[in-house]
Amino acid sequence: MLFLAVTAAIVLYMMVQGIRYVRPELFVTPPAQGASEAASGGFLDPLLGTVIVALMAMAIAFPLGLAIGVWLSEYGNPGWLARLTESTVEMLAGSPSIVFALFGTLLFEQGALSFLSRTNDGVVYGRSFFAAAAMLSLIALPLIVANVREGLQAIPGHVREASYAVGKTRIATTRRVLLPAARPSVVTGAMLGVGRIIGDTAIIVILLGATLRFNGAGELPLLSTLKGTGSTLTTFVYQNAPTGEINQPEKAFAAGFVLLSMVLALNFAVDVAARRGRRWR
Amino acid sequence: MSTATPPPVRRLPLTGTDARVVSPAEQQTVVLPGGAGAAPSFVSAPRRKVGASPLAIDRMQVDRLSIAYGSKLAVREVSLPIRQGEVLALIGPSGCGKTTLLRSLNRLTELTKTASMKGRVLLDDEDIATLEPTALRRRVTMVFQQPNPFPMSVFDNVAYVLREQASRRPRKAALQGAVRSALERAGLYDEVAGDLAHPALRLSGGQQQRLCIARALAADPEVLLLDEPCSALDPASTQVIEELIVALREQVAIVIVTHNLQQAYRIADRVAFMYLGELVEYGPAEQVFGSPREARTREYVSGGFG
Repeated sequence: MLFLAVTAAIVLYMMVQGIRYVRPELFVTPPAQGASEAASGGFLDPLLGTVIVALMAMAIAFPLGLAIGVWLSEYGNPGWLARLTESTVEMLAGSPSIVFALFGTLLFEQGALSFLSRTNDGVVYGRSFFAAAAMLSLIALPLIVANVREGLQAIPGHVREASYAVGKTRIATTRRVLLPAARPSVVTGAMLGVGRIIGDTAIIVILLGATLRFNGAGELPLLSTLKGTGSTLTTFVYQNAPTGEINQPEKAFAAGFVLLSMVLALNFAVDVAARRGRRWR
Repeated sequence: MSTATPPPVRRLPLTGTDARVVSPAEQQTVVLPGGAGAAPSFVSAPRRKVGASPLAIDRMQVDRLSIAYGSKLAVREVSLPIRQGEVLALIGPSGCGKTTLLRSLNRLTELTKTASMKGRVLLDDEDIATLEPTALRRRVTMVFQQPNPFPMSVFDNVAYVLREQASRRPRKAALQGAVRSALERAGLYDEVAGDLAHPALRLSGGQQQRLCIARALAADPEVLLLDEPCSALDPASTQVIEELIVALREQVAIVIVTHNLQQAYRIADRVAFMYLGELVEYGPAEQVFGSPREARTREYVSGGFG
């Protein structure tokens, strides 16, 4: 009861505070340097940044997680490799994202990966949307793997056999029967993964630079943004919080409200996805 | 209908009477030489088929087949023929190896890693071990205990079998005829004709199971394996499916595993009684139920154990 009351209080307080400060123009105004709430602009760039990292990280994590989940559930041999994969995924799930962030800086500062970020006088900066998305995909991966696997394993064995028993291969069975049957779980995994990504702060601060606005690198229009630095709603809240560098709490509450709404909407979508889907008796 | 056309039909022309249900009065008296007192009470009950059975043709030959899971022998040196024109019922107590025997006929046992096999199974004089499993399983299809339609429409459940592996081609229009004919053979077409796009998992249990039979028939198999197809169904659905099985036996060889002795008696032409992995007795249904040769058979069919 206490737990419920505390949770409800937090959500309600954040919502009320957010609604007080959120204004439509914040969504379309880029952040600006300014010493007051009025002069410091909106959160257009962080909002877009959140969407970009979510899309990029999911573009890596979803296919990979789907493949690993299917392999673990439907193939799983040799057994030692399956067990190793399983414990690796579990280890990813249990690791703090700041560790991935730190590792990411080492990785993306390597000369061989210089094409993914800004280079100054031969020094690879190592911070970009590419770098952040690559590491963010690792924190989404375990959720996708676990849900895909769970969904597939909930399908009774005789359903697989029914497909084999009319001459279908394992691949055809997986594509046409098992994955469609497991779709609610696959969608759930993907949405939980997105939730983890848009809620992460450590990787954004360290690997995306958490700059006020997009800070492109290079000439090509879209690529320059992705090679450059930026921020997301989480780091925007972090910097605008009373303890942050910018300290504009009203902006922080407004952005926090948007972030919270996105996460709540995702959770709701997960519920809907999980409830849909028909089962064998 | 180009790529969807089933492989050339290997079926031989058959003559025979249509299956029908008869009243007990019409029933031929079963002659019980000797142990008449041992015959179970249902032996004079109505059967779903009577009169001359259709001409029976050997389709499969099981030849001294043994199957083991690890070191545990599940089927021990079983030999028997499987004929088109006859329903063969495999009966016996739980764990006697009848389902294992059934699953070995289209090599589904191979999905169990520990399973090993000795002996031969011939399908139209070809050793099934030499066939591609996918090709074999289109010629020997199977229906399971639990109705398990795939999570797609009624139409797609049948079309899935007609299409190449994971392909979505040929398109619907080209498959209409074949899907309809499979649904008709399974006696389901009239009930679902109005809405073939209906999700299969929303059908009733009995309809789902007939859809599974339609799916198994769509591949135009030579042998149809049924693993307790009615055990999850209500009596009305069971009756519909039993009549269907009897009617289908002219077109395909049918092997059914059942725990239900009355059911075996109602629909089977031949009965194989298995016990502890061994084939104890094989013969015409009237003989196995009416005057079993083996003491263990007599005990089992009269309810002594199992």
